[in-house]
Amino acid sequence: MKKYYLGIDLGSTTSKAVIIDEQDNIIGRGITNTRSNYEVAAEIAKQSAIYNARFYLLQNRLSDIIERHPEYRRYIKEMEDAFQYLQFSNRLEWLRRQLLQTAGETAKSEASHHTMLAEVERITGEIQEEVKVDYLERDLGSKSQFFRDIVGEKYNEKVSCLSKELFEPMMLLFDKSINPVENEMISFQFKHLVEESMALLNAKYANLADVGNADESVHFDAELNLLKGNYQRVSDSLKEHINYVSEEEFHIAGMVGTGYGRALLPFPENCIKSEILCHAFGAHAVFPNTRTVLDIGGQDTKAIQVDQYGLVTSFHMNDRCAAGCGRYLGYIADELNISLNELGPLALEAQKEVTICSTCTVFAGAELRELLNVGEKREDILAGLHRAIVMRAMSLLARSGGVRNEFTFTGGVARNHAVLKYVSELVRTNYGQDLTINVHTDSIFMGALGGAMFARRNIEVALPEKKKKEELEEVG
Amino acid sequence: MQKEVIKEKSMVLQKEMLAKLFKDLSQAHETGKKVVYTFVPGNLSELIHAFDMLPVYPEINALQSGMRKKSGDFIRDAEKAGHLEDVCTYVKCDIGMMLNGNIGPTGEKLPPPDLLLLSYTGCFTFMKWFENLERYYPGVPIAMLHTPYQEGGKITKEMRDYMVEQLKQEVIPKMEMVSGKKFDESKLAGILENSARAEDLIVKIFETTKNKPSPIDAYFAGVYYIGPINTGFRGRPEAVTYYETLYEEIQERVRLGLGPITPEGEMEEERFRLVVEGPPNWTSFREFWKLFYDMGAVVVASTYTKVGGVYDYGFRHDPKRPLESLAEYCMNCYTNLNLPQRIDLLEKYITEFQADGFLVNSIKSCNSFSAGQLLMMRQLEERLGIPVGFIESDLVDPRYFSYSNIKNRLDSFFQMLGQRKIIRGQMEMEAVV
Repeated sequence: MKKYYLGIDLGSTTSKAVIIDEQDNIIGRGITNTRSNYEVAAEIAKQSAIYNARFYLLQNRLSDIIERHPEYRRYIKEMEDAFQYLQFSNRLEWLRRQLLQTAGETAKSEASHHTMLAEVERITGEIQEEVKVDYLERDLGSKSQFFRDIVGEKYNEKVSCLSKELFEPMMLLFDKSINPVENEMISFQFKHLVEESMALLNAKYANLADVGNADESVHFDAELNLLKGNYQRVSDSLKEHINYVSEEEFHIAGMVGTGYGRALLPFPENCIKSEILCHAFGAHAVFPNTRTVLDIGGQDTKAIQVDQYGLVTSFHMNDRCAAGCGRYLGYIADELNISLNELGPLALEAQKEVTICSTCTVFAGAELRELLNVGEKREDILAGLHRAIVMRAMSLLARSGGVRNEFTFTGGVARNHAVLKYVSELVRTNYGQDLTINVHTDSIFMGALGGAMFARRNIEVALPEKKKKEELEEVG
Repeated sequence: MQKEVIKEKSMVLQKEMLAKLFKDLSQAHETGKKVVYTFVPGNLSELIHAFDMLPVYPEINALQSGMRKKSGDFIRDAEKAGHLEDVCTYVKCDIGMMLNGNIGPTGEKLPPPDLLLLSYTGCFTFMKWFENLERYYPGVPIAMLHTPYQEGGKITKEMRDYMVEQLKQEVIPKMEMVSGKKFDESKLAGILENSARAEDLIVKIFETTKNKPSPIDAYFAGVYYIGPINTGFRGRPEAVTYYETLYEEIQERVRLGLGPITPEGEMEEERFRLVVEGPPNWTSFREFWKLFYDMGAVVVASTYTKVGGVYDYGFRHDPKRPLESLAEYCMNCYTNLNLPQRIDLLEKYITEFQADGFLVNSIKSCNSFSAGQLLMMRQLEERLGIPVGFIESDLVDPRYFSYSNIKNRLDSFFQMLGQRKIIRGQMEMEAVV
């Protein structure tokens, strides 16, 4: 039996899971937003990583065919999107029921109860339709794919057009319902969900064929074109492989949990490791010449120095204040009423950088409004904000001993291109133009990857073995 | 099962000594004893005793208030009285204690000062501290002894002469005036003889950490061991007895191969040997210590225990050169050493005591101790390739002790040490093969 290793990184904002094989290859990644029930967050991340691993295996099995017939790649990709949609849809149904139940508990009168029930049905129905289109017809791109974010945004939108009398109770209804739904573990049968996905896709392609005939200019897409009229054959030939990957048992031979919530993971104590070590180990594995790692996560920034083995020699973390971390960006996005993922691209459009003095997240909000008020442009302010947070990271790097070649940037914030721009600029200005700066598309998964790698190596962590201690005491 | 802590004889002795000191202080008014307020780094305990006066150390009272969970309220009161958030928390705690009736750690009232003896090293806040005390005790005489910093890394003849001159012209006359007694050099010499004996023993005690396992923790228990010499007992026969007893107890532990005693009993497995720079946190002292002993970490040397005097390089108070040796003592205190000297001392500790890691506890409100700590870390890392760690807390302001932040960093630090030990072990194995 093949052995797999699991790393889970329970961060303050997102929970990540990575599955690797015996050669340290990443075969599955899963990510979800961290929520009050850490166990559920970790389990969802793990399940997503396992689903992802099955799709990975499927692609691997079909690599020859995919190369010759690109429509297979397209089909599998869309199948994974449909799979995501079905999971979303399941949870949305859960939310709908919860909303209906909560409405019964919170409604002030029979009449308002009645109206609320009707609104819940309307809103969830509309969301369902919209999300289906988003997942099945559109590329979600950089948009958040977390249930809470998507459903929250859409619900808000739909409630905001209601009368004032209805708006407040409907918002309260959502606030009271989302947590229990989010913290509930919903299990799916992979095979069952994949079959449903295929049914959805086949319906889509069948419909596409008709539309395509009527107006060919609508869907001009080479891969999609190939699927037209061919999808049935593709889906039939996939069945056998899907059966195989569905039944593949993911024998997790070892696992390591890390991240700020690691102590709360339902893992044995010797499977818990510091995120400092995991991020460094993961980054070093991907870029073996790494000597300095900068990790900017949701609530902390870490500057880590590693040796040639990827072992940490020193590290520094922000203390007492989390300005400059992911949550700071989240707060700014909220202040501007845009999504977190739009911040970076907007900042990159700046014509100049407005100097931001504030080093406090909360004050930055006030400073932002003041600057908008005096006529500064949103993108110019954002450029300044991005530079300001990178300046904080630079000071942390200096404290930790500076930047040595090569430099690897990890963590969720590394996905923000404006941050990346300033990090590259400032690191090169301060530590040399010829420095190699590494950023990987999987930067957010580095901690989980490091954890999985530790699990594979089974490197004993230096935690007190309480059991052993107790035994000794009993003997003593 | 939590083990009951057995009170060693030395612990009992120390408790009795301190109880008697605070009793004497509370009765000073009746007995007519004069009271000198002074500071630990660069203290002139022997001179105070030579005039039969009693010492009060405000920073010791502050740390005691911290350990007794009273500092939060004291600091609040000092802030209400106008002292800003960033001011040294020892100062604010002391002022808060005074505003609340100046009740000392034993619950007895401390007498007001008859003399403020401003002999200090390393920290200019001490001067401001006594400027404040002078306002609370208007008219109290002040004697100031300025200790030149070892900027050049050595004590010159001019520096020594300058200090001896101050002792003769400023400090001794003020003490004569306050105590009403004439300075008796031979009496001082006798006291200094005891100092040298206690110092010899202290050096031996802190060197026992060379053993594996280390029989003591040189930081968390070390701060108790330095208690007597830092509270004015240096030069007193009780201190010699105390250190003799303590040394015997520790030697016994070495003989039995025992590890250090913690609040939860004996440490069974020594996993990590550390050298620590910076004072401990006092408000959560037990929790802070627990974070170390739970991990099997023992501190084999710390610089904080050298704030009241560095005896490692052979300095002893010298009865033959009383004033000169008092001057040298002051100039030799840890915070009076320049940064290269401190780094050299740390290097000596790390090497001689075979430490696995070097850790800095940086203090939010203490600029004098925090300055240069990053430089120390980096230089030691470069020179010795030793893993280093950095945490932040405060002396006695409970608001600045973040348990989860410190635990998170210490967890990472210990895991980093553990990981390196294993890899180093593997590499050594490979080398042998």
